[in-house]
Amino acid sequence: MATTAPDTGDDGTRRDFIFVAAISATAVGAGLAVWPFVNSMNPSKDVLAQATTEVDLSPIEEGQRITVLWRKKPVFVDHRAPEKIAEANGTALSDLKDPQTDADRVLRPEWLVLIGICTHLGCIPQGQRVGERLGDFGGWFCPCHGSHYDTSGRIRKGPAPKNLAIPPYKFIDDTNILIG
Amino acid sequence: MSTPTWKNPIVQWVDHRLPIVTFLDHAIVKYPTPRNLNYWWNFGSLAGVILVVMIGTGIMLAMNYVPHTSMAFDSVERIMRDINYGWLIRYLHVNGGSMFFICVYIHIFRGMYYGSYKEPRELLWIIGIFIFLAMMATAFLGYVLPWGQMSFWGATVITNLFSVVPFFGEAIVQWLWGGFSVDNPTLNKFFSFHYLLPFIIFALVFIHLWALHTHKSSNPLGIEVQGDEDEIPFHPYYTAKDAYGFGVFLIVFLGFTFFAPNFFGEPDNYIEANPLVTPTHIVPEWYFLPFYAILRAVPDNFVDIWGILPVIIPAKTAGVIAMFASILVLLVLPWLDTSKVRSAKFRPTYFWLFWLFFIDTIILGYIGAKPAEGTFLLIGRLATAYYFLHLVIFMPLVGKYEKTKPLPDSISAAVTAGGPDAKEGS
Repeated sequence: MATTAPDTGDDGTRRDFIFVAAISATAVGAGLAVWPFVNSMNPSKDVLAQATTEVDLSPIEEGQRITVLWRKKPVFVDHRAPEKIAEANGTALSDLKDPQTDADRVLRPEWLVLIGICTHLGCIPQGQRVGERLGDFGGWFCPCHGSHYDTSGRIRKGPAPKNLAIPPYKFIDDTNILIG
Repeated sequence: MSTPTWKNPIVQWVDHRLPIVTFLDHAIVKYPTPRNLNYWWNFGSLAGVILVVMIGTGIMLAMNYVPHTSMAFDSVERIMRDINYGWLIRYLHVNGGSMFFICVYIHIFRGMYYGSYKEPRELLWIIGIFIFLAMMATAFLGYVLPWGQMSFWGATVITNLFSVVPFFGEAIVQWLWGGFSVDNPTLNKFFSFHYLLPFIIFALVFIHLWALHTHKSSNPLGIEVQGDEDEIPFHPYYTAKDAYGFGVFLIVFLGFTFFAPNFFGEPDNYIEANPLVTPTHIVPEWYFLPFYAILRAVPDNFVDIWGILPVIIPAKTAGVIAMFASILVLLVLPWLDTSKVRSAKFRPTYFWLFWLFFIDTIILGYIGAKPAEGTFLLIGRLATAYYFLHLVIFMPLVGKYEKTKPLPDSISAAVTAGGPDAKEGS
């Protein structure tokens, strides 16, 4: 095979520069070209457009719980009676696995809003419908592996490591909340 | 070439158990390549790159496309409007298809001009034709998926071609449709096959490369490599040349993708499929036009004109046969071409015949886009006749009677003639 022209040495650094510059430009270009493909797997605009849920609270009676869908996940809305709020506030932080005061978990004490997914392995706890088990602490009970949540949705007993999560939400007015 | 020894202990460990590094070194680094390849030799590797681009963008599209008649069209529009960079991925896929055919057509014509298909590379050529056939099938299936008007009626027309099969025609067409017209079962199986075929093409490309690397690349002079002085290592010489060609190609490809993304498309395909209304002017994608022209060129009274074919072949059947024959005849091109000289550079008569044939295919493409009537039909018939005349009659005869120019002694002698090495000879 014909061989490479002898390297005279003095153009070595120039050749190295061109070589490094070309490889670098290619690497940067390839990296930029990959981004649209990666980003195309992120939530699309129509998915993002449905990422908030508005809930009208006015028909929910005191003591009633409803479930709404937010980002295809169940959100529990609980119109708590005063004795339930008192029960939540009366619990010592030292009794909690994931210590958090009730006040830190609500915007207005009578309205508890939770993501209704057990923090253990993702089942949906019972307690939303009349007649379902509320667990030993009057909140929710997960039938999969027996986690008990209290009236603030905090984990009290069972394998779940954390309290039921609070979704981002705000009161638009006195009777409407916007989740997300 | 000797087996190299590797300094890096990890590379050494792997290579001893799976000699992949040695294989790659042989195949794309030290791989001896004729020193005189010109830029027409870039289009094979370019086609390979586009195949990868098509598979990559296709996999991304399949994540959001829905192969159902009630959702397919809308899901494509969702890709265009809502998916992050969906417009880019779809336009890359759409224009990538056209670029793939441009590169492969140039690749095929290069093989014809330089006689690359001749002994011992006949099988290499034949595998290439099979890749081309698989590409055409894939492109057709893919064009149906957006479920626009052209998708639907293209699918209807092409599947109906199979109705010409004697006795079983109707059964075959119903089998293809999975029903009594192009409908949801058709769309589903087309999507499935459209996803499958590129991987078959990918496998065929590897067989194509296996055959290529057995006897190595042909070259513009069409004479065999005689020794080391005729060759240079693939890397860095042809990796650099291929990379440069790829850069130029990207400018063209992305130019269309960003600035004229629907240049190759038909506006009618942005109208959702309607089984009750056929578009007034139905045309296939540009890369099928020459073959479409051949399909329509066969006269209704074909049988009467020739008087030699069995009377049971109607014009519709003859047209379909002519169209398939126009591609399948390429399979035997290595034997139709009787000349021992490969390159058209040294074949004065074939040189002109090649360019006439090239122009003929362009004319066929032009006619394929026009309505099949009047002058267009006449030109289409003449061009179709010439297509077969060239391949079946002229190729064997020219090979026999042509007086070829003297071939150079060797590649190195030819490329260094007039240069500082000229006096050395071969």
